[in-house]
Amino acid sequence: MNILSFLNNSKTRFFLFQIIAVSIVAFIAYHAVSNLNYNIDRLGIHSGLGFLDLRAGFDIAEHFIAYTPDSSNLDAFYVGLINTIVVSIISIIFASVLGVIIGIARLSNNYLISKLAEIYVEIFRNIPILLQILFWYNLMLISLPSPRDSFEFFNIAFLNLRGIFLPKPIFESGFIWVMLAFFMGVFISFFIKWFFNKKHDLTGVKQRTWGYHLLSLLGLPLGVYLMLGSPVYFDYPGLQGFNFRGGFTFSPEFLALAFALSIYTATYISEAIRAGIESVDKGQKEAALAIGLTQTQALKFVLLPQAFRVAIPPIINQYLGLTKNSSLAAAIGYADFVDVFSGTVLNQVGQAVEIILITMAVYLTLSLIISLGLNLVNHKMRINGLNE
Amino acid sequence: MNQFLKFSMVSLLSISGLNVQADTLTNVQAKGLLSCGVTTGLAGFSTVNKHNKWVGLDVDFCRSVAAATLGDSEKVKFIPLTSKERFTALQSGEIDILSRVTTWTLTRDASLGLNFAGVMYYDGQGFMVKKSLGVKDADELDGATFCVNKGTTTELNLADYAKKQGFRYKTASADTIEQTKSNFEMSRCDALTTDQSQLYALKTSLKDPSSAIVLPNVISKEPLGPVVRQGDDKWFNIVRWTLNAMITAEELGVTSATVDNPSRNAEVNRLLGNSGTMGEYLGLDKKWAYNIIKQVGNYSESFERNIGVDTPINITRGLNALWKDGGILYSPPFR
Repeated sequence: MNILSFLNNSKTRFFLFQIIAVSIVAFIAYHAVSNLNYNIDRLGIHSGLGFLDLRAGFDIAEHFIAYTPDSSNLDAFYVGLINTIVVSIISIIFASVLGVIIGIARLSNNYLISKLAEIYVEIFRNIPILLQILFWYNLMLISLPSPRDSFEFFNIAFLNLRGIFLPKPIFESGFIWVMLAFFMGVFISFFIKWFFNKKHDLTGVKQRTWGYHLLSLLGLPLGVYLMLGSPVYFDYPGLQGFNFRGGFTFSPEFLALAFALSIYTATYISEAIRAGIESVDKGQKEAALAIGLTQTQALKFVLLPQAFRVAIPPIINQYLGLTKNSSLAAAIGYADFVDVFSGTVLNQVGQAVEIILITMAVYLTLSLIISLGLNLVNHKMRINGLNE
Repeated sequence: MNQFLKFSMVSLLSISGLNVQADTLTNVQAKGLLSCGVTTGLAGFSTVNKHNKWVGLDVDFCRSVAAATLGDSEKVKFIPLTSKERFTALQSGEIDILSRVTTWTLTRDASLGLNFAGVMYYDGQGFMVKKSLGVKDADELDGATFCVNKGTTTELNLADYAKKQGFRYKTASADTIEQTKSNFEMSRCDALTTDQSQLYALKTSLKDPSSAIVLPNVISKEPLGPVVRQGDDKWFNIVRWTLNAMITAEELGVTSATVDNPSRNAEVNRLLGNSGTMGEYLGLDKKWAYNIIKQVGNYSESFERNIGVDTPINITRGLNALWKDGGILYSPPFR
């Protein structure tokens, strides 16, 4: 074969260019890594993962698992990771609820409601998230009272500039029965649903079932709870010396971050929801109303399921964005993963390369898990046979 | 494709280029500029004054090194760094010297690939509280919330101190000194803890400086000094002896005003380069120390100008006096 025609063959070219591209990338990566190793050696910087087992030596303001300055850097890693996950999950829940409400409100026929929703979206979507976090944080610090003159709620919950202090439930051993009763209730609830669905299929009679569900889901555990003589007591926060002690605390940093992330991301989610709803053909709504569904039923059974199908991919992006944005916590000192691990730990042990790589790997993993989860939902929501 | 190839070649070359690093002195002299890492703003140590000029004790040290190596104390590029960024900036070669109220500890000296060139200021960690709190001694701070600066030895000392005292405590940490101060002002915490010198400096910059007091307790040793990269002994010597030159100049009574007066003291003449080959040994001009003293001043001048009793910060020499005046400042001889 002639060499020229070999080179001009589009298939060969296709592979050739890919091979060239891959080798260039591999060469650069190899060079970067060997350069890194060489320089770490040359500069006498300590390397390796041994630092994870060392005593951390610093305190972390907020931790959902046991942690003291005597814990290891690995414990600090988990504390930071859990803090990031907690603030992300809570913000995602609030952002989703708010986003759906605002998204529907924007399409409302009521001028005032739709205009207010629009103003909200335009304001909070167009201000950088970092500024919003700093704004809410400093606003909170300026406007909240000192611990000695906190806002009180029935003397069991307190709000001041050290955070919000809530009573913490302490479960006695008997509480396990209440939990069991609850799971039992869930099981019964499924049975009730199955039973009435079957009845509906057989007789065409549709009954209201929420009373039965309420009874099995709430009544049963409540009954067991009362029978066992309330096996839960509360640890109430109280002012001792400088601060409140006992109970359960969310710091102002946490509140400001969760609040800012929620209302910022909610604007994007609301736009995704609105786009979803508007993508549903007008005829669908008219048809739904024509067959006798009420406005609410039309929204619930016809419009929203189709709207969500369109809205889910952009919403996945927003959840990912929110999780990554939570790393801006470092700006206000909320003990999130970046703040604790690639902030304080990095500074105490000084191994920037390892720690930054671990941090990136953690965020990548978190993001992949979220998108995997939501892709499964997406897969379940799609219409069979469409877009395949 | 051509463009892409060119780009790849250039990036490869630049990656390999990092391997070949000339010594710091040659680099600095070739650039004609010294890159010096300082704080993001701490009165008395490194801050920008109203004429838009960097001033402070740490800043003066950078200027001294520039005077010694480049003959001009103005040829310094100041790079403000948070405490989290500082070591990486030095390791990566972004700065030539770190002069940023940095505590000399074994871990930092031995595991970060860095060397401490000496002690510029002997400090210790203390506490500042609001007067209205009525606290007179650190013993009374059990259960308090402390404002700390992230990524400092302060956090570690606080944890050790609380453990020793059996304190329960909480922290409210921030990235920059400014945010730490503002948290303290807004009562996010009960006490602000950091090195005493910084407490005095922060106190003067509070909206109402008389509303806070610095407690008498000192809970740690904090020797603050300039830092350089490990493995460049020539540069390390220059930085170390720049500091020694400032201290020796004070000891010998040489100031920026008297540096031109002829002296019969042999050590003064060796210091100023009128005799001997001190500069040559360091790889510098023989007037290196003369330039430091002429353009920046001796240790005492710098101290009094930036943080001394006549400044708002009002710190007495204390430990930082010369060994012969009751302090522990001591320089090996210029011989």
